[in-house]
Amino acid sequence: MARRYDSSTTTFSPEGRLHQVEYAIEAINNAGTCIGILAKDGIVMASEKRVTSGLLAPSKSSEKTYKISQHVACNVAGLTADANILIDQARLRAGRYEYQYCEPIPVEQLVELVCNYKQAYTQYGGLRPFGVAFLFAGYDEHYGFQLYQSDPSGNYSGWKATVIGSNNQAGKSLLKNEYGSSSSSEEEEEEKEGEMKVEGAATEEISMPDVKGALRLAVKVLNKTMDASASSSEKMELYVMSLENGQVVHKILNKEEAQKVIDEVEAEATPAGET
Amino acid sequence: MDTVFGVEYEGGVILAADQSNARSILTYQSNLDKITKLSPSSALAVSGPNADLVNFSEYISKNLAIYQLSNDGLQLSTHAQANYCRGELATALRKGPYQVNCLLGGYDASSGKGSLYWMDYFAALSKVNYGCQGYASSFCLSIMDRDWKEGLDQDQAVAIVDKCIKELSLRFLMNQPNFIIKVIDKDGVKTLKFGSDPADT
Repeated sequence: MARRYDSSTTTFSPEGRLHQVEYAIEAINNAGTCIGILAKDGIVMASEKRVTSGLLAPSKSSEKTYKISQHVACNVAGLTADANILIDQARLRAGRYEYQYCEPIPVEQLVELVCNYKQAYTQYGGLRPFGVAFLFAGYDEHYGFQLYQSDPSGNYSGWKATVIGSNNQAGKSLLKNEYGSSSSSEEEEEEKEGEMKVEGAATEEISMPDVKGALRLAVKVLNKTMDASASSSEKMELYVMSLENGQVVHKILNKEEAQKVIDEVEAEATPAGET
Repeated sequence: MDTVFGVEYEGGVILAADQSNARSILTYQSNLDKITKLSPSSALAVSGPNADLVNFSEYISKNLAIYQLSNDGLQLSTHAQANYCRGELATALRKGPYQVNCLLGGYDASSGKGSLYWMDYFAALSKVNYGCQGYASSFCLSIMDRDWKEGLDQDQAVAIVDKCIKELSLRFLMNQPNFIIKVIDKDGVKTLKFGSDPADT
């Protein structure tokens, strides 16, 4: 049934679906996992580095993490060539805004501009959609640190924590249980007691981890979603966005720093008897 | 020739402009409001030929309104608005310039401060503590140079404005009977006083 309606982006199926867009989203499920976690004092984006061949020359730049402007960076899951076009577009739009207003672009506006660009490829031109999903991490003075996810349809949403790429469902369900729980921040234990008195609310308050806690959580989730059972710093890329003296700082952890986080996660896991 | 000037004080900005709309030997109107509200906390005082004055003010204010509507009520800072305004003047400069000289005054809640930007029709932009456009500068800048200081309150700033208006009525050749004065602070853009009600048709 879908066969007749799936080869053109500009055609709805009788069930009201755009198959090309859905297929594009499928393509991303084969890509290396990317995890984004919003913390009190920053944002963590962890991604799986897939080495397809031992003969590949080691790359000087990341194939996962890209800086869009001084205050925005993104993680990519999907077709790298498609991603490059969109990243150029994102950098251009961020630059244009700053040229016009002499101010950094509010993060959501940038995400919306990139998404509107993607949406055009689902409605006209007869061109296929971009096979890329993004995690955008940014800081602006209106809303502080923000994390957004966008997909080939041109849809985007803000998240406290999310996963894209392969095994993202497993990653998301782990985040649902772990984000905001006691393992991610030590202060939480006392905070939770205070909160109980305020309202007899049925739902528990989610308290945000700090960057260190977010890093540990990200590694934990990545361990679960990655194919290989043993985690090592070569297979992961850990990116942190934080504020230093009012300026946004982008950092990809080096081998030692990354290994330290991995070791901390392993130490947490072993007392519970996990292998 | 229009008189437009402004003074920044602690927590806000005052903008003042004469109200006459005239050309050659004729006065078309003596209750024109040359100070346009741009956003809930900023205004643009413009001097120049009436066509460009109105066209430019409305163009900028409507574009800023679209920005707020498109971005969930987000307001641009005064600095961003001023740079946007200057950018529009610059783009038009080598095509069909807007012959307007303006003063943009705004209040930013994030800093709790007012700021005043001086812009001329060549698209020069400068942040100032006080400023004048037109012939007024020859008469009023020296008063402001002497009387302005950091940390003025609204009454003191209004006093400076009144002094300037008095000086102009005494020494400036052209008779400008009506002035409109607006205050921009945490409570928004408000008309403090006017010589002739702009609402009278």
